[in-house]
Amino acid sequence: MKDMSRLLITLTLIAAGAGLILSLVESVTREPIKEQRRLQMLKALSAVLPAFDNSPDSDIVNLENGVDKKGQPLQVRFYRARKDNQLVGTAFKVVAPDGYSGNIEVMVGVKPDQQINAIEILAHAETPGLGSKIEEPRFKDLFKDKSLDNTDWRVKKDGGQFDQITGATISPRAIVVAVKKGLEFYREHSTEITQGGPQ
Amino acid sequence: MNLIKEFSKGIWKENAVFKLLLGMCPVLAVTTSAENGLGMGLATTFVLVCSNSVVALMRKLIPSKVRIPAFIIIIATFVTVVQLCMEAWVYDLYKALGIFIPLIVVNCLILGRAEAFASKRPVVDSVFDGVGMGLGFTLSLFLLGSVRELFGSGAVLGFSIFGAGYQPILLMILPPGAFISLGLLLAAMNKFEAGKS
Repeated sequence: MKDMSRLLITLTLIAAGAGLILSLVESVTREPIKEQRRLQMLKALSAVLPAFDNSPDSDIVNLENGVDKKGQPLQVRFYRARKDNQLVGTAFKVVAPDGYSGNIEVMVGVKPDQQINAIEILAHAETPGLGSKIEEPRFKDLFKDKSLDNTDWRVKKDGGQFDQITGATISPRAIVVAVKKGLEFYREHSTEITQGGPQ
Repeated sequence: MNLIKEFSKGIWKENAVFKLLLGMCPVLAVTTSAENGLGMGLATTFVLVCSNSVVALMRKLIPSKVRIPAFIIIIATFVTVVQLCMEAWVYDLYKALGIFIPLIVVNCLILGRAEAFASKRPVVDSVFDGVGMGLGFTLSLFLLGSVRELFGSGAVLGFSIFGAGYQPILLMILPPGAFISLGLLLAAMNKFEAGKS
């Protein structure tokens, strides 16, 4: 019995010490981590939006787009970029669930005339050297100035207008479909997105 | 003199990767480039030195029946510290290493040193052992990462070696490349050792 309590006390003390250290480190790194994530977000936003002078990461509109597997509403967040108080573009994130391996997250920047300004790949796990070529400007630039009206949103192999990547059709196809869905959602809700007050 | 021996054995004679073949999961997975290998190695070294010194410091307080859970708590604490610090100050490396940072916890090199060395020796010895073992691990990862990056993308640490016309051997960056390079490096080292004796 005495032996048992010694074991318990030692482990409890070690765990308590670990907890103390961790809470200290967490409090020190909390702000820098928040700042890093914000910078990362801003970097992606400035890559897809035209030049702006507000902070789009605080000028946002949240809309619900369907429900996920558990029935929870899915939020889409729209970041609005302004210059001289004039809306110059809106950015939002789309997720392509049918990439070659895992989800591909894409940031899409749309100009007020509903043409794409630019896209940026935020996260993916495609094969290095093949599917990962979606990160290259050569592929991303294909989306410039495309809109729902002026483009056939399929890869060339399927009869559309987007060059697939040699040796990797699945990743571009997934992205094209996801971006198209995003644009459709944007068009349906464009007044709420562009006129709605910041939340 | 003794301390120098504790330090240097980890670099070559008991090198964790090439001699003991410990901690193979991060070795094979993150060495797609020299930089990733270096970052992973240094993160592991930090955890190893911290856990070795704390384990050595508390070796008389921890009852042997619960030593493994105690070691794991200590190691996991330092791994979380590393993870938080990397996310705060070296975000790009944090993203490149991804899931393999928290997995340092289960690197058998670290638990192995705590169990086999730090739990029986004084603090100073254990620190030197940790630094040596950690740097040996780092060097091995850096070497493997360099080889794979050199053939897989024609560069080392991002500096182009073979020039723009080089057609990269994609296989070297993919998982099979890790096994192939490690096997060839091990073979070369065994040959070298055999020739020496």
